[in-house]
Amino acid sequence: MKTSFRRPEIGSIEKVEVVDPLTIKLLLKEPFSPLLAQLTDRAGMMLAPKATEAAGDKFGLHPVCAGPYKFAERIQQDRIVVEKFADYWNKANVFIDKITYLPIVDSTVRLANLRSGGLDLIERVAPSDMAAIKSDGKLATTRITELGYQGITINLGNGPRAQKPLGQDSRVRRAFEAALDRQAMVDVVYAGLFTPSVQAVPQTSPFYVPDVKPPGRDLAKAKALLKEAGVTLPVQVTLTVPNNPDIRQMAEVIQAMTGEAGFDVKLNVMEFASSLDAETRGDFEAYMLQWSGRVDADGNMTQFFRTGASNNHQKYSNPAVDALLDRARATSEVAERRSIYAQMWPLLRQDLPIIYLYSQKNLAGMSIRVGGFRPVPDGMIRLQGLTLTP
Amino acid sequence: LKSRLLQVLPTLLLVSILVFSLQQLMPGDPATILAGEERGDPVVLQQIRNELWLDRSIPVQYLHWIGNVLRGDFGTSWRIRQPVLQLILTKLPVTLQLGGMAFVFAMLIGVPAGILAAVKRDTVWDHIANGVGLAGLSTPNFWLGIMLILLVSVNLGWLPPSGYVPLGEDWRMSLATTIMPAFVLGNAIAAILMRHTRSAMLTAMSEDYVRTARAKGLPERRVVLVHALRNALVPVITLGALELGTLLSGAVLTEQVFSVPGFGKLVVDAVFNRDYPVVQGVVLVTATLYVGLNVLADLLYRAVNPRLRGA
Repeated sequence: MKTSFRRPEIGSIEKVEVVDPLTIKLLLKEPFSPLLAQLTDRAGMMLAPKATEAAGDKFGLHPVCAGPYKFAERIQQDRIVVEKFADYWNKANVFIDKITYLPIVDSTVRLANLRSGGLDLIERVAPSDMAAIKSDGKLATTRITELGYQGITINLGNGPRAQKPLGQDSRVRRAFEAALDRQAMVDVVYAGLFTPSVQAVPQTSPFYVPDVKPPGRDLAKAKALLKEAGVTLPVQVTLTVPNNPDIRQMAEVIQAMTGEAGFDVKLNVMEFASSLDAETRGDFEAYMLQWSGRVDADGNMTQFFRTGASNNHQKYSNPAVDALLDRARATSEVAERRSIYAQMWPLLRQDLPIIYLYSQKNLAGMSIRVGGFRPVPDGMIRLQGLTLTP
Repeated sequence: LKSRLLQVLPTLLLVSILVFSLQQLMPGDPATILAGEERGDPVVLQQIRNELWLDRSIPVQYLHWIGNVLRGDFGTSWRIRQPVLQLILTKLPVTLQLGGMAFVFAMLIGVPAGILAAVKRDTVWDHIANGVGLAGLSTPNFWLGIMLILLVSVNLGWLPPSGYVPLGEDWRMSLATTIMPAFVLGNAIAAILMRHTRSAMLTAMSEDYVRTARAKGLPERRVVLVHALRNALVPVITLGALELGTLLSGAVLTEQVFSVPGFGKLVVDAVFNRDYPVVQGVVLVTATLYVGLNVLADLLYRAVNPRLRGA
């Protein structure tokens, strides 16, 4: 689709050749192993060619794709309704006739709807609400590790705000990290349900390097590193925080922990869209940024670390890291790619352009009437096999 | 009246210029936000800027927009890709219903409570009315909303916790889904109305014509409800018109808590997503309604107070 913002994700495709009615051949500009994963994501969703052409840029209002359900209705900010598609290839595995999606922003209200029976299934349950759902005999829960991460991006070279000890000296960044107790952070804010991490991919990813583990808190090391760097104490740091209750709470914990090591962290809480804009302009020193994640590890790394890459707003540049990222991209074998990443992580752990904190989980709550729900790391709800007993 | 109506147009024009200029001051580039996680790609950003005229100068953007508005075209939402007018026409009735019901709640609670507090001044009734009024004013909407959902929907199971059903589709369900948000919304306004009615009634009750009415031997009920109340209503109407405007914009939080897809939710989402055409359209329509309500209040003054008819 010409107007799709996802086009760059499949930009590696040079040409598509039709081999026979059920086979196509993709010719790439260069070897690009993340492509298969891209095709399982939004960029690879199948659209009906005739309907796409007819609707033009209004396609989003009347989508015609391939799947177990067909689009029935969308009322802006209220609901999306889909109905069972009679000609689906695996229709024997589709049991519910009609499904309504309701966007409810507030997690308390979502939970109240589930408890009152207004909704059958809710996703992104607040970790603090999981205990209440579990104690309710009429409800069940599931959890799955997502594809992304929460980290602190540090401005290393994007404008004058990079010219601070944190941006200029990796020892200061490592001291900042040594002051953090990731397990305590997720225990306090997420009831211990999220997993501390120092990598761009979650532990469940085949690209995760098991030897690169989150270090424990080490205040003595943090103080020694600051001493070695010869900075004036306390080290002033302004941390930009998107205005979201739990991220704000997390930032407060970080503020307290790093304070004990000799940092004076000021929190700059901003509305989310403004914070993204500030990051792009380089108007930040350190920024609490969450990334939703991609199936292939490359989508969590190259665009953030490669010199001049699209989301490398911190302006990190390390030719050795660039070379490893390029090699991993061109390699198809998973184990081989993991070993390339294993060579890359020590470099990134030394430079710390992003201090990873934890990987999130998508927590879901549902009525016990719902059966066959399989959570998937990408967060998209799979409707095949889902049942609802009256 | 003619001169009042003539003032409306420049006011609205000024509002349109203000909204347009103020949102240019908002941090956050719309193209970056629309691009989402693709925001780092300059090709995507350029494609969006080009498509939305963001690469033209601000006066050109404004003239383009206002020219279309004058022809009845409010533009297309950048994010939802639906005509703004269509969005407004779908959402406005929802908020008008909610606001209307909230106003009825506010009037039914606020005015009688104000009269009672004034007539029974310094008695236990006055104190109760004042206490309830103060509590209503001090309770945050979102808190009251969540508490009501937990009590009425989760624990008692009497009403659906959120959502909205249009009046035309099923009026019973429509009332069931709007009664809680309308109560929450009307609650704070009831308190304000109560306090104003009370003080206006106290002033009216000490006027000569009330003494005259009593001296004529009229029953107290008639003195209060016909003679005093009618005069006391003038300031209450002004306040009512102002608060009705507040209701429209103040529905934002309540709509969020109860997931009512109304005007408030539309504008909040639009602001957070920097969907300028929607923000501009909504503000312009709200301003028109607000100005219209004030003109209506002027007309109502004349109806309740004959002395103003010649003015």
